[in-house]
Amino acid sequence: MAKLPVSVDKIIAEYGPHKAYPPQGGFYGTNEPDKLVKTHCCYCGMQCGIQLKVKDNKIAGFEPWMEFPFNEGRLCPKGVQRYMQNNHPDRLLSPIQRVEGKGFEPLGWDQAMDRTVSEIKRIQKSYGNDSFAMLSGVSLTNEKSYMIGKFARIALKTANLDYNGRLCMVSAGGGNKKAFGLDRSSNSWADLAHAEVIIVAGANISETFPTLTHYIWQARDNGAKLIVVDPRMIPLARTADVHLPIRPGGDSALFGAMLKILVDNDWLDHDFIDQYTSGFEATIEAVKDYDLDWAEEQTGISKDLILEAATLWGKAKTSFLMHARGIEHHTKGVENVLSCINLVLATGRIGKPYCGYGTITGQGNGQGGREHGHKCDQLPGNRDITNPEHRKYISEVWGINEKDMPGKGLTAYEQIEAIHRGEIKGLISICFNPLVSLPNNNYVREALEKLEFYVCMDTFLCETARYADIVLAGSLHEEEEGTVTTAEGRVVKINAAITPPNNARRDGDIIMELAARLGEGDKFSYPTSEDIFNELRVASKGGTADYYGITYKKVEENMGVFWPCPSLDHPGTPRLWEDRKFRTPDGKAHFNPVAYRPASEVTDDEFPVVMTTGRVVSQYLSGTQTRRIGKLVDQYPEPLLEVHPKLALKYGIEDHDLIRVKTRRGEAEFPAHVVETIREDTVFIPYHWGGKFSINQLTIGHLDPISKIPEFKVCACQLYKTDRKGSDKRTKTAYQSSL
Amino acid sequence: MPETNYNQEMAFFVDMQRCIGCHACEMACAECETNGQESMIHVHYVDRAVSTQTTVQVCMHCEDPTCANVCPADAIHQDDFGVVHSADTSRCIGCSNCVLACPFGVPKKKEQAELMMKCNMCYDRTSAGKKPMCATVCPSQALYYGTREEIERMRPDSVPVNSFLFGKQEVNTKVNIMMPKGTHQLIIE
Repeated sequence: MAKLPVSVDKIIAEYGPHKAYPPQGGFYGTNEPDKLVKTHCCYCGMQCGIQLKVKDNKIAGFEPWMEFPFNEGRLCPKGVQRYMQNNHPDRLLSPIQRVEGKGFEPLGWDQAMDRTVSEIKRIQKSYGNDSFAMLSGVSLTNEKSYMIGKFARIALKTANLDYNGRLCMVSAGGGNKKAFGLDRSSNSWADLAHAEVIIVAGANISETFPTLTHYIWQARDNGAKLIVVDPRMIPLARTADVHLPIRPGGDSALFGAMLKILVDNDWLDHDFIDQYTSGFEATIEAVKDYDLDWAEEQTGISKDLILEAATLWGKAKTSFLMHARGIEHHTKGVENVLSCINLVLATGRIGKPYCGYGTITGQGNGQGGREHGHKCDQLPGNRDITNPEHRKYISEVWGINEKDMPGKGLTAYEQIEAIHRGEIKGLISICFNPLVSLPNNNYVREALEKLEFYVCMDTFLCETARYADIVLAGSLHEEEEGTVTTAEGRVVKINAAITPPNNARRDGDIIMELAARLGEGDKFSYPTSEDIFNELRVASKGGTADYYGITYKKVEENMGVFWPCPSLDHPGTPRLWEDRKFRTPDGKAHFNPVAYRPASEVTDDEFPVVMTTGRVVSQYLSGTQTRRIGKLVDQYPEPLLEVHPKLALKYGIEDHDLIRVKTRRGEAEFPAHVVETIREDTVFIPYHWGGKFSINQLTIGHLDPISKIPEFKVCACQLYKTDRKGSDKRTKTAYQSSL
Repeated sequence: MPETNYNQEMAFFVDMQRCIGCHACEMACAECETNGQESMIHVHYVDRAVSTQTTVQVCMHCEDPTCANVCPADAIHQDDFGVVHSADTSRCIGCSNCVLACPFGVPKKKEQAELMMKCNMCYDRTSAGKKPMCATVCPSQALYYGTREEIERMRPDSVPVNSFLFGKQEVNTKVNIMMPKGTHQLIIE
């Protein structure tokens, strides 16, 4: 019965989102805090160091942490305001349960746990173990990610565990594993500063990873040339040496054509290719016809610019290539990533000072959270759940019979499809708001409504939790100790500043009690977070993501340790591949042939405009936290449709006109923002909002065949000008995600 | 005024080319308890319809501050270190002369309080040897606080400029704007 118990507006009135602002003179105790706690921002993969001010077990403000080496005090607006998620009026202070016609009512932990466990047992008894699925998220610490992987396999006994990293960097992970046999950014950001040429492909760094901007500007002070690949003139592209305004979906055509230019001009490192790689011949064969005329046609970028970019890259002595969701959120996300890696391998510029490559992980623990087992095909240490040796090792660590370990399960969006098919009947989720973040989300809503039982662990009643039968009040980032692994592969320490308020509990404690009530308490007995980490260290030992040599003490003393770190006396590995020993079966870096193919949905007469989505600087992911922080909401209060003046003219669109955008999935209205900073054939809408303001009502649920990432970054739409303008009411209420 | 560790070698530098328009500076400035959640630094798009270029305006701390010169109540004080402070609340009469006269458009009258407010270079932080909040958090370091020698070494392609010509009025400031190498003065017609 996972349907809304009352109208959405009644739920919003009680549980928000409401916008919270600091009092005029700051919170009580901000001038005289009891303590300053060194920890990290709870948002993106940069994991900037920050100090939280604590007064009377409440967060009273923040103070920059100047000594943390990555950001040295620097923060983005989300980081400055991150402390505002604490003391929030919307905070869930006890478990609540759905009551038809009334909304949600508080209930005790015993009752909430009893009902949850009895529903899990009932559903699994009736329909089989895999009929109860779990969705997790990578804003969680390594400890929680690890424990959830173990919980789902041992206590819940389901194969169907997946996570919101499926919407984040799985294409990069898939590509990196194929090419290098290991999934981590190859370098620390320190290598950026002296790179001669930097390519940033599909990464709106100054809005999504603002503190990384400093490293790019430093490189430019040192003479670096900057190449930005993006359909929009993002802030980073404004002063770039070369901006390649690519048509969404053209990425592998661009990188394929660039590879051909490298080959044609012999801008290749033959020694590196011969000694340390495989697959080169087949890879250049795949791009042999990708000349500049073809590339211009496929990418929408003038051939002069493509040649200029390839020439800069080809002639450089040092370089750094970075990409993010812009090239990864595609049905050919893995191919796009591989086509970038081919450019890096062809020039041999990896594993050397100032020569780097990597994805920029989006979520707070997008790196660590994708390594330790809460992914449907994975076991700790980035092991493979289908590999008999890996299963055997982890079964021994966990003290279970290998035969009892479930197999590979369904990915996040596939779980939604399985709910529609009636194969999944129950769901437990934590740290995931699929109703905002998954594509084609009216289909997601219909799935939630089909569930027999849905229990959600969260700190706020996020849009998805509105459909829950039970919501278990969990903990915020600052309420539980642990570690996360940053986008550059640095394991850092999250320190608990306060305890959860009222009757809310730490996530770890909730998971442990559920496990105990499901009869597996002996395998989930961790007095401290460090005990979980120490088990994770052993579980990761010998895997590609080897944390064995990392301890809490070492992390704190060194302000982070880069994995792999296989032994206690190992210093960690900021720069991979200096030894040229790649982790593929043959020990070589693999070129992979990439033949260009179009996106899953291309424009036609009915839907003639390319639609793409992304983020804004003041919001984070599905907005569960940031759409509750007043100043962040006010900075960019509602999603706008960015449209070029020439396209606008074609439809008679003027700034602020309300535009109905229609795709094969549905339609929604957005005010027009007429700007020259976007391609003429493409519109852009950011995705942080829910309900009728959600662009993910319109995005497509087609998945990459390898990574299973949805194609958020390209689909076909049609625009209809309404006779209305954007309104104050819309602007002022969009953050609430009404229907 | 309390004993201070104010380091006169430290200066403030603004580089518009580095600004990414994220508003972290405004958010951080407003956090200061003396600002009452009002930011004393302001970020604006130059013309969003055509570009993502933003500008950031902070008090330039003029050597000969026009705001103080036009204040009929003698409420605006420049200290021995050249920092121009917000109007003394016991003297400010809310006349807005400073708001109208500042060549950079910096001071704002806080309407509710009928008082002028402006940046005082985070005096509570800078006098204690810290950096101002905005320059501390700025993720692109479009705002930088340090010595002139440091910035000239780190950013060899640009040069700090602190002399401005507004018509016939020459204004020299404590705050520097980073300009292309070879620039000595910014002339505003």
